[in-house]
Amino acid sequence: MTSIPIIHFLIVSTALFFIGVYGFFTRRNMITMLMSIELILNSVNINFVVFNKYLHPESNDGLFFSLFIIAIAAAEAAVAIAIIINLYRTHSTIDVEDANEMKL
Amino acid sequence: MMDASVISFYAISAFLLVFGFMAVTARKIFRSAIWLLFSLIGIASLYFWMDLQFLAAVQIIVYIGGIVVLIIFSIFLTQHSGADLPKALRSRKIAAGFLSLLGFGVIAGILSKTLFVETLTPMDVDMKTIGKKMLSLGGDGYALPFELVSVLLLAAMIGCIVIAVKKVPEKS
Repeated sequence: MTSIPIIHFLIVSTALFFIGVYGFFTRRNMITMLMSIELILNSVNINFVVFNKYLHPESNDGLFFSLFIIAIAAAEAAVAIAIIINLYRTHSTIDVEDANEMKL
Repeated sequence: MMDASVISFYAISAFLLVFGFMAVTARKIFRSAIWLLFSLIGIASLYFWMDLQFLAAVQIIVYIGGIVVLIIFSIFLTQHSGADLPKALRSRKIAAGFLSLLGFGVIAGILSKTLFVETLTPMDVDMKTIGKKMLSLGGDGYALPFELVSVLLLAAMIGCIVIAVKKVPEKS
């Protein structure tokens, strides 16, 4: 099963991370920015699991970190979408350039 | 030399990277959400490839069944479906692409110079072990973060309700 060197996993997760960063920089729509953040969090999860499985298999720490990151990402996505929908109700836009006041 | 497991690893990696890139560049927001869904399925299959069935199941349930569905619902609520997203500025695209490639290059360079000592010991990913560790109070247990995440989820739920029931002020 370890016929693949660990660095290939890490390259894949790094590439996924910077794809997410690219999307976060270029997109101006809040929902698409949130999608880029999900890609970034997922690449971090892959890293945790790979380090756990191939370098320190005697413990399960990376696996648990990934589980907790997934739970936190779910909470974060729910709150972010609640805020985005509320912003749409008050401002009729979800573009970050137009959301430039703290309170209506 | 190239057995099926090696080929499937590279196939899965290519799949998730290609769909991830399409998710951040698609012009139609709904398609972008669907490409994100495919990319997350690719990550779940990578976990299956690594024999981490529980994590793969959590990935499918929470990300694909929860977050992507939530994103699709919010797209329905806030966007005119079928309309193209406004094009990103060319200068911003170039700067973002340059910075991302630069960051990727730096990290890949550091990784290629680092020596990783891989072990062949199999990891204990039995469901029983995970369940026991998750609620164990001992030195290698995760009872405290487990409770913290429970409180966090409760707080997020209350926060969402508070934001949702807020009255929209009348536009003058």
